[in-house]
This record gives sequence, C-alpha cells and structure tokens, in this order.
Amino acid sequence: MSAAPLPSGKLADNIMHFARVLREAGLPVGPASVLDALDAAQSGSLQTREDFYWTLHAILVKRRDHREVFDQAFHVFWKKPKMLEQLMKLMFTQITRSASDKAKQAGFRRLAEAMFDKVETQSRRQEKPDVLELDAAFTASADDILRAKDFEQMTLTEQADARAAIALMRLTPREIRTRRFEPNSAGTAIDMRRTLKQSLRTGGGLITLARRERQRREPPLVILCDISGSCSNYSRMFLHFLHAVANDRTRVTMFLFGTRLTNVTRELKRRDIDEAVSKVSAVVKDWSGGTRIGLTLKEFNQKWARRVLAQGAEVLLMSDGLEREDTVQLAHEMQRLRRSAKHIVWLNPLLRFDGFQARASGIRAIMPYVDEFRPVHSLNCLTDLAQTLGSRASAAHDPRKWRQ
Amino acid sequence: MTKTPTSIDDTADLLKRNGYVAGRDLATVVFLALKMERPLFLEGEAGVGKTEVAKVLAEGLGRKLIRLQCYEGLDINSAVYEWNYAAQMIEIRLAEASGELDRQRMGQDIFAERFLIKRALLQALEGERGSAPVLLIDELDRTDEAFEAYLLELLSDYQVTIPELGTIKAAEPPIVIITSNRTREVHDALKRRCLYHWVGYPDAKRELEIVKARRPNASAALAREVVGFVQALRAGDLFKAPGVAETLDWITALHELDSVGLDPQTVNDTLGVLLKYQDDIVRMEGSEAKRILDQIKEEIRIAAVTAQ
Repeated sequence: MSAAPLPSGKLADNIMHFARVLREAGLPVGPASVLDALDAAQSGSLQTREDFYWTLHAILVKRRDHREVFDQAFHVFWKKPKMLEQLMKLMFTQITRSASDKAKQAGFRRLAEAMFDKVETQSRRQEKPDVLELDAAFTASADDILRAKDFEQMTLTEQADARAAIALMRLTPREIRTRRFEPNSAGTAIDMRRTLKQSLRTGGGLITLARRERQRREPPLVILCDISGSCSNYSRMFLHFLHAVANDRTRVTMFLFGTRLTNVTRELKRRDIDEAVSKVSAVVKDWSGGTRIGLTLKEFNQKWARRVLAQGAEVLLMSDGLEREDTVQLAHEMQRLRRSAKHIVWLNPLLRFDGFQARASGIRAIMPYVDEFRPVHSLNCLTDLAQTLGSRASAAHDPRKWRQ
Repeated sequence: MTKTPTSIDDTADLLKRNGYVAGRDLATVVFLALKMERPLFLEGEAGVGKTEVAKVLAEGLGRKLIRLQCYEGLDINSAVYEWNYAAQMIEIRLAEASGELDRQRMGQDIFAERFLIKRALLQALEGERGSAPVLLIDELDRTDEAFEAYLLELLSDYQVTIPELGTIKAAEPPIVIITSNRTREVHDALKRRCLYHWVGYPDAKRELEIVKARRPNASAALAREVVGFVQALRAGDLFKAPGVAETLDWITALHELDSVGLDPQTVNDTLGVLLKYQDDIVRMEGSEAKRILDQIKEEIRIAAVTAQ
C-alpha cells in the first residue's frame, strides 16, 4: 500500500488537486479518500482511462446525486478536449445572462464556480464590499435587512444568499399520536410481552411491569403552490423551500398549479437542487401564465385528494387567491378540501402590503375554509413558518382577523 | 376440492361459475398469480369487486378463506400472533408452587407453541400441501408503512419469524390477495413482490352480465336501463362514481320497490343507494336525472330497432 514507491510524474499531485476541485463543488472528499484514491490508482490494475474513471468514482463518489458533478469534473480535469473551452463559454454566457442552455446543465454551473472560484468571489466582493455571513455577529444588521426583505426586491446576489438560507430550513413537524405503541418506561399502558420476558430473568419470581406509550409521528403534508404570473416571483423562491422540505421529510406531496395541476413530488425529491429545478421546469408548462384556482382545486379534489389526504394530512396552500373566474366554484372546492384535510394553512404573498384587506372575491371565497393565514414574501416569513408550523396556531395567523 | 385452473379460460370459467364475471385482463392475472404462486395486488375504486375475487376463489377452489382487515395501528399482536399471557402467568405460578424454578426450562416451557395465539397471517401459513388457504389482506392502504414492511418477509418467503420459537414456514404458500383503495401509495418494495392489477369499472356489456349473474330475479329490461344509467353517471363529472356494488344494490332496491322500469321519480327517490356524496346527489336530482334517463331509453330503443 503506502509502502509502494510514489509513481513518477505528477499523479499524486493531480489526484490531490482533483479532490480539491470536487470539494469546492460540494462533494465531501476528505484527505482520507485522497489517500485511498492514490492507493487505488497505484494498485497496478489500471489499463485504460475508463478503469481510472471508475476507480476514482468508486472512492470519491458516495452518493447517487454526486455522480453528475464527478462525471463533469473528471472530464474537465483529466483533459477531455474542448471541455474547458465549453466551460469558459458557460462562464461568459452567465455574465451576459443568456439563460438558454443553463437549465440543462444542472451540475455544470456549480462546477464552473468551483473551478473559477477566485474570479467569482472577487467580482462579488467588488459588487458588494460587506460580504454577508449569516452567522457572524458583526454583520447582524445586514443579515436582518436581508431576512426582512421582500423576495421581489432582492438583487441577484441577495437572491442567491436567500436561496442558501432556505436550503438549510427544516420544518418542525406537528406530531400526531398514532395507534401504534413503543416501549416507554413512563408509559401509561402495560406491555405484557416485555413484562413476561423480563420476569423470566428472575425465573418468574419477580414480575416488574414494562410499560409502553403511543408513538407520535408527523402527518402527511400536501403542498399546493400557485405559479401564475401574479405570484411567480414568490413561487420560484418557494420552490427552493419545497425542495428543502421534500428532502427532509417523508410523506410529502407537492403540486404546482397555474392553469393546470402538476404533481412535482418525484422531481423535487432529487437531492441536487439544480437538477430538481430543471426537472420541475421540464414538466411544468404553465409557469407565469394565468390562474384558475377553482378548476385546479377541483382537479386536485377529484384525482388526488383521496390518495394523498389520508391519515390526518395537512395542506399548505401558497397562492395570492386572485381568482379571475368563477369564485362560487372556488368556494365550493375549498369547502370540499376543508372536509378531507385536517389542517389548512394559506400562505399569501399579498400580505407583504401593510394595508392588505381581504376584499377580492377570490380571497373572500377561500378565507372561511383555512385554519391559518400567513405571509410568505421574505426569509423571515419562511423561517417563522418552518419553526412554528408544528406548534398550535397562534393568534397572529388567525384568519378570522381578516374576515369582515 | 377443485384443482387450480390450468389456463386463462379455465380461470375465467371458475370465477364465472361462482358468480364473478371477470374480464380477460383480470382472469389472466389471477391465473398467473395461481400458477406462479405470487401474491396478487388488486387496486381500484371502492365497490369494483376486489374483495370479491378472494371470496370467489376460496369458494371455487374449496379452500379456507382467511381475511385480515387492515386498519391504522394494526400490529403483529393482532395480525400474526400473540402470546397467551394469562396462561403463561398461571404456568409460572404453578411452576413456583411446585418448586421447580429452573430458568432455562421455564423459558422453554412458557414460550411453547401451546401458549401461542395464532392470528390471521400465521394461520395462513398452516395449510397442508394441496389445500393452502386463500389469504385476503383487505384495504392494505389503511394501515401504515411499518406493517407493510413486516409483510415483506411473509410475502417473499412465506415465513414468519417468532423470536422465542424460531421461523415458521408454510408447507405450501397460501393464495394471497391484497386489495387497496389507494388512499395512499403502497411502497414499491411490496408491489414488486406481487402481481399488480388495476380493477376498473366494467363496460356496459360486462356489467349487464354481472347483474344477470348476481341478481337473476331482476327483469332484463330493468337491468339494461339501470346499467345504462350507471354507465352514463360514470362518464359524467361526479366526485365519486358508483361502483358495481352500488349497481347491484340499486337493482335490489328497485326490485323490492316492484319497479319494472326507471322513471325520474323513482330515480330521485332511490338516488341515495347509488350516490353517497351530497354534492353528487344535488347535482343529479331533478332535470339531470331525467335527461340521462331519456338519453339511455333512446339508446336502448335504437339498439332494439337495429337488432331486428
């Protein structure tokens, strides 16, 4: 193993540098894996470039979603002709902001950032001298400003920072009691099976009672997100929130709706946010279009409600509630939804206006059927949502406040 | 006892003899499940005859039917086995009284098979060769994932492991039918071990056959009108379309009311047999029912004319 003489040339150096590139691109590659990779490369069984690829792959890739980044990094780093050129081109198109082929190269952008890291950070420093560090005490005020800022008014850099903050968010689940039991020394019920087994240790002479308690678990969560033109800026940001939730919890189902309903649960379950977003935009055809809340809710009620709203499900509805069509139907479908869901939370970006009043007929049609009414336009709102969704509804989000 | 069918036609025939009119698709998948000794996973709306498949198979093959109704919180104690704690306690007291407190022996004595209360899944593994029972696991979607995971061992190897006793394996695997109403998705790992079939609503021709087989007393004219009406309802925009079970109930109801044909008044009065959601009933009441009725009567008349 390490006793073998170092190979001539720069193999060791190169592997080390390659590992650094991967680390920059977000793969957890430590010094131990670098040593392993070096050992493997020297094992003497490598014949072709492909062997080399799969050897490094075996050691450096630990998760399925890292394959994409590794693959591209390998081809760039170990000299596939023209690849570097393409990468440079990509950096240029980023600067000129033509977003044409950005979507289909999900891992690519991050890799480019990793390789041209210094250029990137420098340009960012010039643009914005006080770099934002979300946990540093002396930048608390800048952080506060960002957190309270409306998503729509953010600059591109601020949006990127906001997205990074969203990626770390976790929902506190509202746990419900199930009918299943688990051992618990302070439980209220007696666990006969364990009691008897334990009593055997003393030969049946002494019987101590083992106890059990009801298990608690989070209920299924269904998220319906409006992507029509009037709130698409918020839904784009909310999509990142959805991604964080999707990868954190089990039993989450997510739908996007504008003029029609699309189930994007599978797409958003991808670990890699870039890959997830590009998959979503591939299946969703009605971004920033019109909105038909009543009709899409009807589709949801008929096709999906029975499948996803079982076992005490909660519903998060993200929409501005500005229905352009029949609000009678909307009220009817909300009523239907109300009967099959245990708890409905309405997230409305319109709450960003101080003088908001529930006047629009669409909003008035939805309002009677929701349990909570919350804002969703800034990082603060999302953090608050993530932290307090699990606790009982507070008076601040009581929809009755808004009813006239 | 009847032998298991040897072909798809045989299977369809077997089902039909016991009053189940199966489509070619269902007959095929049932035949394969029997042949390959794999569990059959039936999914579909409520009232399309998923549970009935198991009952009819048990009857047709002369096997015992063991039914496990799933519900939330269903656990091993009520689905597979439980120890008879009271009897065990008495055994311990007896041993104590007679002064034989040998721990090793006590452990073996207490967890012996005679103290085991066998529940549905364990009973299903006890079939003799050639007479394995039909095991119906009904509405699996009502229980939780933890129970599904438990079923994996049972369904792939037809065995159950009891820590105190060891592994119990079936001499011959039972015929397993699993049904689900799809109130949630059942995990792929479980589906992978089964043959899957979506049981849909039957078409008019087959539904008429079903009505004839199950309600032979009903007049042919009434049956044709009822089936036409129900089919039209299914094509419409209802929250819950009526299933085959509802059709049969409706026929029985109309038969009890001595109606020989449908008229708007009877339809309105008996709509509750067919539709179970208030919204749907409100939508159907009055002119809508009459419109559908006129339409199917016209269709039946045309069909009769062209047949002549």
